[in-house]
Amino acid sequence: MADLAQATATRSRTSFINDPKIRSILFQLAALIIIVLLGWDFLQNAQENLKAQNIATGFGFMENTAGFGISQTLIPYSESSTYGRAFLVGVLNTLLVAVVGIFIATIIGLLVGIGRLSKNFVVRLLSSVYVELLRNLPPLFQILFWYLAVLSALPGPRQSISLFGEVFLSNRGFIVPRPVFAEGTGYVVWAFGLAIVIAVFVASWSKNRLEETGRPLPTFRINLGLIVGLPLIAMALTGFPVSFEAPELKGFNFAGGVRVIPEFIALTVALATYTAAFIAENVRAGIMAVSHGQTEAAHSLGLRSSQTLRLVVIPQAMRVIIPPLTSQYLNLTKNSSLAVAIGYPDLVAVFAGTTLNQTGQAIEIIAITMGVYLVISIITSIIMNTYNRRVALIER
Amino acid sequence: MSLTFDDGTFIRSELVTPLPPPKRNIGAVAWMRENLFSGVLNTLLTLFGIALLVLVVPPVVRFLFIDAVWEGQNREACLGPEVGACWPFIKAKFSQLIYGFYPADQRWRVDIVFALGAVLLVPLMVLDWPMKRLNSFLFFAVYPVVAFVLLTGGNIDLSNFMLGHAGVIPFMSGTDTVMGLNPGFWLDYVLTALVFCAIAGGILALLGGNAMSAARGVGMFFVGLGIIILMWDFDFGLQKVETRSWGGLLVTLVIAVTGIVTSMPLGILLALGRRSHMPIVRLLSVIFIEFWRGVPLITVLFFATYMLPLFLPSGVNPDGLLRALVGVALFSAAYMAEVIRGGLQAIPKGQYEGAMSMGLGWWQMMRLIILPQALTLVIPGIVNSFISLFKDTTLVLIVSIFDFLGQLRAAFTDPNWATPVTLYTGFAFAGIIYFLFCFGMSRYSLFVERRLNTSHRH
Repeated sequence: MADLAQATATRSRTSFINDPKIRSILFQLAALIIIVLLGWDFLQNAQENLKAQNIATGFGFMENTAGFGISQTLIPYSESSTYGRAFLVGVLNTLLVAVVGIFIATIIGLLVGIGRLSKNFVVRLLSSVYVELLRNLPPLFQILFWYLAVLSALPGPRQSISLFGEVFLSNRGFIVPRPVFAEGTGYVVWAFGLAIVIAVFVASWSKNRLEETGRPLPTFRINLGLIVGLPLIAMALTGFPVSFEAPELKGFNFAGGVRVIPEFIALTVALATYTAAFIAENVRAGIMAVSHGQTEAAHSLGLRSSQTLRLVVIPQAMRVIIPPLTSQYLNLTKNSSLAVAIGYPDLVAVFAGTTLNQTGQAIEIIAITMGVYLVISIITSIIMNTYNRRVALIER
Repeated sequence: MSLTFDDGTFIRSELVTPLPPPKRNIGAVAWMRENLFSGVLNTLLTLFGIALLVLVVPPVVRFLFIDAVWEGQNREACLGPEVGACWPFIKAKFSQLIYGFYPADQRWRVDIVFALGAVLLVPLMVLDWPMKRLNSFLFFAVYPVVAFVLLTGGNIDLSNFMLGHAGVIPFMSGTDTVMGLNPGFWLDYVLTALVFCAIAGGILALLGGNAMSAARGVGMFFVGLGIIILMWDFDFGLQKVETRSWGGLLVTLVIAVTGIVTSMPLGILLALGRRSHMPIVRLLSVIFIEFWRGVPLITVLFFATYMLPLFLPSGVNPDGLLRALVGVALFSAAYMAEVIRGGLQAIPKGQYEGAMSMGLGWWQMMRLIILPQALTLVIPGIVNSFISLFKDTTLVLIVSIFDFLGQLRAAFTDPNWATPVTLYTGFAFAGIIYFLFCFGMSRYSLFVERRLNTSHRH
């Protein structure tokens, strides 16, 4: 009894504020209150400022006529199009740089990454110099270098560098033949789609067959033949509906052909080579992470070197390579916003630049712009997490 | 020596001295056979690589050194058919590239800031140097305040603090100053501090906690803040220099150092918040970190330049550099938080349990046991995020702040130096500067990684 009384007395002396649970609740409440107050203050200020500066609010401006031209449009766009349309053009231009840049960066990064592990001293030296040089210079510096020092220094259209008389490189950009689609192109596209569907079936059937009978099929060659062959047959049957219109020099500029603007080339080349340096390091780390015992075990099981690489080393290296690789892809996509420095019409330049200047609706426009990048990031990370769960080592 | 038995059997007990390997298997020739010309593909690659080196290296060396122009007053010196780098151009623009348009007679202040930074940073980077705690306090807390006073001239205009702002004691706000200090403001500051101390103590007393310690904690905070503001407010007799006239490497370093100094404490708090057991704190930290990491820095700078002023009370209009600094600080804090979280996750659970069993509170545990270990683990990661921060500082030229690259771009437009080689000279110079900074930091990070990595040696 005496013990109990004493215990009660001790307990009553410590305040309930020293209870970790109550503490954490109080602390969180305080944090929440501060955030809400701050947010409310910001909102009040924003409303006052907007009223004082006579800036409209809401997303109604998306329906207004933009009134400015854009130098590269993937979808039909003119000065009389709406801001909403300009936004779409910007998003597509950003995605174009991202996709092309990622494609080139992956190839260069893979080659350089393997080159850094090469036994050949010259190859190793060149790869190391490439990686160290490119990743230690700011991307904006590289973009400006490509744009101002390389592409602007190219000769004018009349003296342009010509490849096979079909492709022209000048300070106005890259001019390539324009594909002309005559009637019947649809069949070719259908044939291509059909080939892909069949290829998927062939792949799954041959895998089942391999597991049942143990006899492999040359799946890759069959599918390559299908995907290249079927559209070719369709083209032959419809009388080659796709032809190319070669660019021709007329006066001071080119007529015909498709012009790839120099801003696009500078941005894509700079970002691709810059990101490739990081990808190379990821690839190197991934391959080095697969222990040599794996290769030896595979050889002792009787796998050939090509099979060892394809079935043992690469799948394990991929597990290490893919997560940082994705974040490099995301970095490239985000870095494509540097386009605004050289005037390539990407999302930031078109929307957060020109549209913001014309309408003054900073809050809506910057929120939308950030939102686009956030959505891209979130989608990528969801895909990544799913992939990671699938390939993660399942430990006992 | 050999053994001979009675029956004449001979058993050799020594090995025959091995013959040297054939000539073709050792030395430079064999190394080249093995490494450079071991197959058709390898030979082709070697030849291609050597060709590339021959094509690139000699012209670059010729451009930078042999054909380069070293002396000259204007573009005349660098005109000519076979002219390399135009170094007089860099010489003429050098002070602009370093200081921007900082008044020439005040540049000694910038020099002092540079020198002070170097003096504090070098001992911080040498791992064996003693007094790391004092050193980091000087670099992270004292240096920014001193640099601010030296660079801007200090003597900021303060009229009223919270009470005056809230209109409680309007009679105190005046414009009279004594040695740059506004008595009205400081009276207001002291009163506000006392009110806050009283509120904190009162709440704790009501809840039955330790009122004195709460009031003392709040008081200490106000004293610390007061010292910083006092330094900024005091009139040291330095001429005021608007941030508009700053530029060049000065701005680059100001942004980089501010980013580093603010992102460390913010990043630590965010990382702790993300690892916290309190759901609301964790959620807020995750949202903050993932938001800033998900958007490009340019949109952050646009946000800071165009959107932030709308959120502040009308009349408060921070200057362009400060706005960019806020953006950079928030952005780099989110990245820093993820690096530090990596370190926190690497600390075994036993360390937490050990600390708790010693009776340490949460803050004590973090400050004395967990963070010292976690931060040491991630030094390479921290240095790497400094490298990317340093590279990212170039982006401010998009919101019309003339950093090193922006100043260089402006220098290109000078008709006095318009020659065909000006552009290449400028890019070569800027490239060398950026490369030296970034490459130096990455080497340092590798060195630290090797020094701290003791676990794999045994």
